[in-house]
Amino acid sequence: MRFRDEPLRAPRVRGAEGPVTSDDAADAARFRIRPYAITGGRTRARTDVPIEAIVYRTPAGEGSLGRLTLERAQIVGLVSPPQSVAELSAHLKLPLGVIRVVVGDLVEEGLLGMNSQSATGRPDLRLLERVLDGLQAL
Amino acid sequence: MAFKPSDTVAPYEAEPPARPAPMPVKIVVAGGFAVGKTTFVGSISEIAPLTTEAALTKVSEGVDDTSKVSTKTSTTVAMDFGRLSLGDDLILYLFGTPGQDRFWFMWDDLVRGAIGAVVLIDTRRLEDCFPAVDYFEEKRIPFVVAMNCFDGEVTHSPTDVREALAVSPDTPVVMCDARDRASTKLALLELVQHALVRANG
Repeated sequence: MRFRDEPLRAPRVRGAEGPVTSDDAADAARFRIRPYAITGGRTRARTDVPIEAIVYRTPAGEGSLGRLTLERAQIVGLVSPPQSVAELSAHLKLPLGVIRVVVGDLVEEGLLGMNSQSATGRPDLRLLERVLDGLQAL
Repeated sequence: MAFKPSDTVAPYEAEPPARPAPMPVKIVVAGGFAVGKTTFVGSISEIAPLTTEAALTKVSEGVDDTSKVSTKTSTTVAMDFGRLSLGDDLILYLFGTPGQDRFWFMWDDLVRGAIGAVVLIDTRRLEDCFPAVDYFEEKRIPFVVAMNCFDGEVTHSPTDVREALAVSPDTPVVMCDARDRASTKLALLELVQHALVRANG
């Protein structure tokens, strides 16, 4: 058994992960449109959208269903029952970053609401106790 | 018919009174390559584990008009995750960390707001978990070490593992069978209890 304080390999430097491979052909086959064409080239949402945030339709979102197009329509259509950002990414087969940008826009426009406690740091005692009770009740 | 005219959408359709959407919580499942992270997630998830991809991109922002269409997708990182409803108003998401160590920088995003982490280990390849243990210690994120004994072969005791990892005495080291729902549940309970103690302290 190796011990953790033994030097194993060169120290890791974050941000120096080595060459990043390019695989344009595979990407092109997977996405009919370049993913960030959907977001107008933006890679960051203006609103903080955590990966586990649960997204739901607002009354304004309900009213918008017939008017929206493409990914916006898909997302607003999918979130009843409410879904997490990660689930939207998996079901729509779109990268997380794209979903975050589009969901962030839809939240800003008032068409979607979002539940998350990430922004406020770690879960508080009350929430942890609810998780504990919930797990025990399984 | 494959299509329906949009004018059939009734804007004032009576909706049942909506229940408030549930609150999400998350736990990160870390460990070396092929240690059983997705098995662990799948054994307790109420859905078959899903995969989300994060595209790592190099974007030329606003340099010229073509930047909007020729944005280059360099590579993607896949993360498996599952979900578990805890009552009506709470959903626990379990996120497996990306398998390749070189995607460290994504962990900051993944662990933000998490209850904590389960570090899954294979005692035959213990060193595979060192980076994860280092990471959670450095970030002061509550974690438990779960020895995956899926083949029924226990080559080391939790005491051996604790010593080899040099984790703090209060860090739980448990044995688990990642394929078994009850065993996975126990590991998660350990973590939540540990997080509670840490939050109290």
